[in-house]
Amino acid sequence: MTARVAIVVYPGSNCEHDAAEAVAALGGSADLVWHGATDLAGYDAVVLPGGFAHGDYLRPGAIARFSPVTSAVAAFARSGGPVVGICNGFQVLTEAGLLPGALQKNRGLAFLCTTVGLRVESTRSVLTSRAIEGQVLRIPINHFEGNYTCSIATLDELRDGDRVVLRYEVNPNGSVDDIAGICNEEGNVVGLMPHPERAIDDLLGSTDGRVLWAALLAGAPARR
Amino acid sequence: MRFDVLVEVRLRPGIADPQGATIERALPALGFTGVSGVSVGKAFRLSIEAESAVDAEERAADLARRLLANPVIEDSWVTLLDPEPAP
Repeated sequence: MTARVAIVVYPGSNCEHDAAEAVAALGGSADLVWHGATDLAGYDAVVLPGGFAHGDYLRPGAIARFSPVTSAVAAFARSGGPVVGICNGFQVLTEAGLLPGALQKNRGLAFLCTTVGLRVESTRSVLTSRAIEGQVLRIPINHFEGNYTCSIATLDELRDGDRVVLRYEVNPNGSVDDIAGICNEEGNVVGLMPHPERAIDDLLGSTDGRVLWAALLAGAPARR
Repeated sequence: MRFDVLVEVRLRPGIADPQGATIERALPALGFTGVSGVSVGKAFRLSIEAESAVDAEERAADLARRLLANPVIEDSWVTLLDPEPAP
């Protein structure tokens, strides 16, 4: 059965079409869902794409927390639904309290737009279940505030719970413990700074993102 | 009664402040030597309708914690500015 994926569009999101393209390329069906939506029933997975939700006013993700759809995303996540936040979507998930920690300005204050090596550290998340632990994926990053920060207690929880999903091979932004992506305790909510939707075709320079999208699409309909 | 409030938000101790560090490194180029501890934060000015100064301060502290600052990386301080004279 074709997985139905909701791609949430906040005012200022700008990677929603790329995400929809990735879903379609892997055989899923994607709908763009405006941030005023209050119900995500009928969807198998939800993606919060990159961009600048609400202009990143105050802090990235700080205002997106108040969009009606964010409550619907939280309810969807609580029911076990797969939720993936990419870049700005990761920032929204931390501000909304669906993932711990925060994303700070990059060490070095440079906006980073480059392709990096990511090591798959855990395959227990909905995004990495089809990858192999230790596998290195070449995927682009494109961010100014991707420096993952959290308390020591939170870091211990993430490590002990096998919740660090992806690490940078070479830390580009100062993230604590080289963290590029994490998941919640259940593994159904994942946030990552890199953009797997930009690594789905040879024309884009890498197809390494496909294994992540394939996992999301394969895992999603299993909920039914 | 309306109270003018200043809310300052700054990075918590131990959280890297690359903007502060960059500014600090730039200062000697203008001849400002001996300047240290530069940190960059945000300042918000609000006017709050409240019963009393204590009430205004409490409400400002609450909204600062819940919205203006991200408690994972930032602390907030509230300063009550001179209240308007009662009408």
